[in-house]
Amino acid sequence: MSGDDGGRDADVDADVTAGTDDRNGNGNENENAGARDADRAGLLDRLPPALRTDTALIVAALLGIYVLYVASGVALGYSVRGQLNAVAVVTFYVAVFAMLALALNLQWGYTGLFNIGIVGFMAVGIYTMAIVSKQVYAPGSAASVGGLGAPIWVGMLAGTAVAAILGLIVALPALRLRADYLAIVTIAMSEIVRFTLLSNAFESFRLPVPYVSTAGVGTVTYRVGLGGGSGVILDFRDPLAAFVGAVGLTGPYGALVDLFGRVIEANPRPVVDGLVYGVVLLAFVAGYYWLLSRTGKSPFGRVLKAIREDEDVAGALGKDTRAFKVKAFMLGCALMGLGGILWFMRQGAITPNTYRPRLTFFVWIALIIGGAGSNTGSVVGGAIFAALLYQGPLYLKNLVNTVVPVSNAPGSFGPAVAPLIGRLDPVPFLLYTVDSVRQLQLVIMGVVLVVLMHRRPDGLLGYRTEAAASIPLRLGRATPGAEGPEHGDGTDGTGGADPEGPGGGRDG
Amino acid sequence: MSLAETYSRGRRLAVENPFAVVVSVVVAALAVDLIAGLATGRIPVSRVGSLVWDGLMRGLVIGLAGIGLSMTYSILNFANFAHGDYITGGAFAGWATTYLIAGLGRADVGALLLVGAGGSVFGGALGIGITTTPVAVVAGVVVAGVTTLAIALLVDRLAFRPIRDSGGITLLITSIGVAFALRYLIQFVFGPSTRGTTDAAAVPKFPLYLIDGYVRVDAHDLALLVIAGGLMLGVHLLLQRTKLGKAMRAMSDNRDLARITGIPAERVVTATWATGGGLAGVAGYVLVLWKGTISFNDGWLLLLLIFAAVILGGIGSIYGAIAGGVIIGLTYSLSVLWIPSAFARAAAFIVMIVILLVRPQGLFAGRATS
Repeated sequence: MSGDDGGRDADVDADVTAGTDDRNGNGNENENAGARDADRAGLLDRLPPALRTDTALIVAALLGIYVLYVASGVALGYSVRGQLNAVAVVTFYVAVFAMLALALNLQWGYTGLFNIGIVGFMAVGIYTMAIVSKQVYAPGSAASVGGLGAPIWVGMLAGTAVAAILGLIVALPALRLRADYLAIVTIAMSEIVRFTLLSNAFESFRLPVPYVSTAGVGTVTYRVGLGGGSGVILDFRDPLAAFVGAVGLTGPYGALVDLFGRVIEANPRPVVDGLVYGVVLLAFVAGYYWLLSRTGKSPFGRVLKAIREDEDVAGALGKDTRAFKVKAFMLGCALMGLGGILWFMRQGAITPNTYRPRLTFFVWIALIIGGAGSNTGSVVGGAIFAALLYQGPLYLKNLVNTVVPVSNAPGSFGPAVAPLIGRLDPVPFLLYTVDSVRQLQLVIMGVVLVVLMHRRPDGLLGYRTEAAASIPLRLGRATPGAEGPEHGDGTDGTGGADPEGPGGGRDG
Repeated sequence: MSLAETYSRGRRLAVENPFAVVVSVVVAALAVDLIAGLATGRIPVSRVGSLVWDGLMRGLVIGLAGIGLSMTYSILNFANFAHGDYITGGAFAGWATTYLIAGLGRADVGALLLVGAGGSVFGGALGIGITTTPVAVVAGVVVAGVTTLAIALLVDRLAFRPIRDSGGITLLITSIGVAFALRYLIQFVFGPSTRGTTDAAAVPKFPLYLIDGYVRVDAHDLALLVIAGGLMLGVHLLLQRTKLGKAMRAMSDNRDLARITGIPAERVVTATWATGGGLAGVAGYVLVLWKGTISFNDGWLLLLLIFAAVILGGIGSIYGAIAGGVIIGLTYSLSVLWIPSAFARAAAFIVMIVILLVRPQGLFAGRATS
């Protein structure tokens, strides 16, 4: 278990780039990490103890990612604009994956609920938000269906709530099933959501909404819909602009844009928007983290962990395990819905086929990299996944394309591989490989997942020592000094950590 | 049995399992609606006949592929999410062979081996069909089975065997990783497009007259029926008549007990992967032959239906998998009588969810490989 080595926290990046390969490699890395840790220690000492390691871990991961991106941006010869854009994009993905991994951690890491229908809750969240917040249908507008025209924050709340309600609908019957059955039910649910969004039966319909006004009570009918295969245009005001306006910062924001205008030649607005939205999302990540850490530490969270370890025992202690599971599942689903909203609401349009099960798979990899059961791990895992596995290959492709400008990559595997076999010319094959990075990226992710399950099923930070006893329960583990303060488990009552990790005998 | 007894039993059932009662009511209502529709001529008999035939074909493919999933699920105790991509792998391997044999000399070998990736060659143009190019089709079936068998064994060696003793969920997550790696590797090689594989015009058709219209049956339907039926019979004989089959059943019933009695567990597991993989590959091949198109997503889209069938039939029961497959196939097809066809797949999933809630052990529950 990695939880015992002192320097592990600073060098999460190196650990994965160096290849999740073997534990023997850790020795060297830890020395470096230790040195870097010492550099930061002066600053960290001033922080309250609870913040020291975990915050440092997250900040180190983020800084490492930024350094990596800026360095490769310099190598690519990006302009300032390109650099800032790259930082904004990677921040965006780091934040959304961190949020979704945190939400999943509540369900899987804390409670042991095997949800592989994440994308369904995200889709329900953003589609609900779209219907509630889109402009009211007007004949002749670009959008074929309208919405209710409510403010954006109302839409966000509604989307989150509907995702939670869908969670309830799934949870009520399904939570008594075995973990693998719950998996199949949730993924089937997410596909049913996608088919519903795709079908032309709900492409457009009339929704009567009751209202109360001085004139009396009545209903007004709106033309709304899910838009079918062509999706929905999100024609509300840019949520970021709306937010800035709502908090009364339109003036200072304009000044900020002007400030960036000095270093970016033309039209600095989108770049600034991207950066600021990234910061807003990171604030949301902090909010998720705070909420879930509080939940984990609360008596409610302790029951969840008890259910994870042994549901029968928790039941025997008089806990209504079913109610706890339903609540935890709903909270997780609500957070997934909100995550979906925050991910997609600034995209201009949404189409159903975005919400394929592969998004669920991404979130799972993020959580497993970080380690189920650890909130810090979820954030770090989300960051590493987003930066290295999700955005990294595309960045690498750009890098290669800058070095070797490509205009004639083969269109399919045949023309790519024929020269390799025929006259040992690997260039077309390499070009095709670089060009197909989007597919190969998923192959790499699949392999990474398999390797992680073999070598490190606990992830980087999963199931950190959670001993309730004051003495080490097992030799070599649970040494008091090495204990991370994260989710405060050093003191709570769920007993020793499960040595088997996320898979260990929990499928009964 | 007295009336009062029947009544009290019914009441107990309703109290203990209200969901089952709701389900029975819904099923009964649909059946009544169907019969009424047929009687009044609102629903043409031939349309129902066509849908039943279509559902049976789909169900046989699901059942054939489901046998392997059910066996590995019960012997190794995990839900293998990579099974769908074994199906795709088998389909592409088999169709590459078919293309090669049918089109040799008429088109570029590379294009044939890649099943016409990027629109380089078309199955329709090669005139592929069970009657026009029987050798190519039979060779394709064999190669599909053998290749997928090899894929299944290789994946087991690399991904599953090192963590054989881990919990079911660890293995399940691993299998999701395998599934994505396989699927997008296939897409990398064969390309993302969906393309036609058979020459639909050249397939002999045997329309059956049924009261008020025709039920469309063609030679590929019959080929599917023969191949799937034959293999199912073969698996039945393997399990019932051979020592290996007996060992598999013992392993599936109680792994520890089987090992104590001296059954070589690893060898039986290997044989299970080989059988299940081979059947999945053939199922993928005949699926493509039947529907006439191939895509890298085919296996994945089928996988959830296969899970539905396996759970419906009861995990570990190959007869359950076959029966479950047919029920799921029929649900898929017949559901279009009441709901938009976009929801046919959703209807099959809902049947599965309902079964999980009402009878999670499946219809052919328990120790039913025997």
